[in-house]
Amino acid sequence: MKILVCISHVPDTTSKINFTNNNEDFDTNGVQFVINPYDEFCLTRAMWFKEKQGATVTVVNVGEANTEPTLRKALAIGADDAIRVNVNPTDGFLVAKELTAIVKDGGYDVVLAGKESADYNGQMVPGMLASLTDFNFVNGCVGLEIEGNQVTAVREIDGGNETLATNLPIVIGGQKGIVEEKDLRIPNMRGIMMARKKPLQVVEPTGSEAKTAAQSFEKPAPKGAVKLVDADNLDELINLLHNEAKVI
Amino acid sequence: MSVLVFADSTDGKFKKTAFEVVSYGKKVAEQLGSNLVVLTINASDASQLYTYGAEKVLNITNDNLTTFNAKGYALAIKQAAEATDANVVIVDSSTDGLYVGPLVAVALEAGYASNVVAAPSSTAPFTVKRKAFSNKAFANTTISTENKVIGVAKNSFGIHENPVSGTSENFEAHISDADLGVKSEKIDKVTGKVTIADADIVVSAGRGLKGPENWGMIEELADVLGAATACSKPVSDLGWRPHSEHVGQTGKPVASNLYIAIGISGAIQHLAGINASKVKVVINTDPEAPFFKAADYGVVGDAFEVVPKLIEKLKAFKAS
Repeated sequence: MKILVCISHVPDTTSKINFTNNNEDFDTNGVQFVINPYDEFCLTRAMWFKEKQGATVTVVNVGEANTEPTLRKALAIGADDAIRVNVNPTDGFLVAKELTAIVKDGGYDVVLAGKESADYNGQMVPGMLASLTDFNFVNGCVGLEIEGNQVTAVREIDGGNETLATNLPIVIGGQKGIVEEKDLRIPNMRGIMMARKKPLQVVEPTGSEAKTAAQSFEKPAPKGAVKLVDADNLDELINLLHNEAKVI
Repeated sequence: MSVLVFADSTDGKFKKTAFEVVSYGKKVAEQLGSNLVVLTINASDASQLYTYGAEKVLNITNDNLTTFNAKGYALAIKQAAEATDANVVIVDSSTDGLYVGPLVAVALEAGYASNVVAAPSSTAPFTVKRKAFSNKAFANTTISTENKVIGVAKNSFGIHENPVSGTSENFEAHISDADLGVKSEKIDKVTGKVTIADADIVVSAGRGLKGPENWGMIEELADVLGAATACSKPVSDLGWRPHSEHVGQTGKPVASNLYIAIGISGAIQHLAGINASKVKVVINTDPEAPFFKAADYGVVGDAFEVVPKLIEKLKAFKAS
């Protein structure tokens, strides 16, 4: 089984978000970049398939040279090799199109990608990639088993779960639950040393064009001061929620 | 040219988001000077949509689509868009909406913006404001293609009545078994409980509750308010509550009208998950808890004293 895991290079979840250049660019100053948390769950699931059922695991990122430390981390976790598509990922369609070329060239059976990235949160790339490759697709996946050609996947729905049956080849948009957080792999020293020697191939983009563009950014309006209510005067809280906020 | 809205339903009944996307579609159609067409799949009473401005409703009745299927739904939406000459397609940003949106975008060779929070600020260039950076910011995004797909974020545009005397007609979608890709084997749903996705009010608690045995009062408070229950990440990691209740950056996002946080200090990842909620109430013993900076109303006090009192007061308020 050949597995491709798509890795986004995103700001750490604790990052404060700021913009520069008249709010046109994301300010990377002081921001630590990490493997997208949703992708990390997928990578760990891929490692499980590699170890228990036999699989090769390739990681891929669409991004410029500054994303290589993130790919090296994925290699240190245990992926066999890495590919970087050398282009600034400005739009979900562009990323999906570039990944399509990688998937078609590599003959992968399973593509795992976080259901969304923690930066633009579009939740677009896995679905677009599935459509462009004509692979089957499960989004919001919280459980995945593969036996031969048969796939059983569980996805989260509002208020519960749905179990789905399908076949390879498949694209999975994964999230927490595909593995638990406690099972996530932390690279050890041996893994980090080995990662330095693993192949990281840089490929040039196919030249696909973006269909959308973020022109500028803004932050939510600053919040007014909290109105504190005395713990002995909860009638006042109910009054505020009913008459002022009108939410009860 | 027309604007096509997909109004999603479950077991024939429209979701609340369906009325919101129709309201949004009406606004976009006005901005573009286009007709508004609304598509429904196996819905029982499409005329409800006339209240929100749906002049023309297309109903698909198809046994292949009795449960949600992303590929099947995307194909149905594509066929309806082509039949109505729609160049803007609008879906919601629910779990299913986010599943189907990218497939529709590829099928129509359309630029796609999901989690959109406002009507287009401009139609030439077509510009929408969407959530980004896990609710910590917004991105003003232009879509440059002729066809466009927009996913509207829940509770962002609101439901606006705009009554019209609409018409409904059947629309035949051509979808075979082979088009579906995946087959639904089993649906496990918690019944009789308000879900976080549907809830107008969410009552959430954190480590300040000290243990899972103390969640009775949280559930009672939620019952009184008709709310869903939720929790912070440490609580779900500790196994006190199921992961499906974890609210935060990598958990469930909440865009409710009222979010009550009890014994949650307010880590940046938790705040990112609840930013889209309209009114936030915090109950915490620590007046320095970061959550107070993000809240509208706060009570500094011990949850074990405040929550039971609040339940009694709310019961009296509801009874009055």
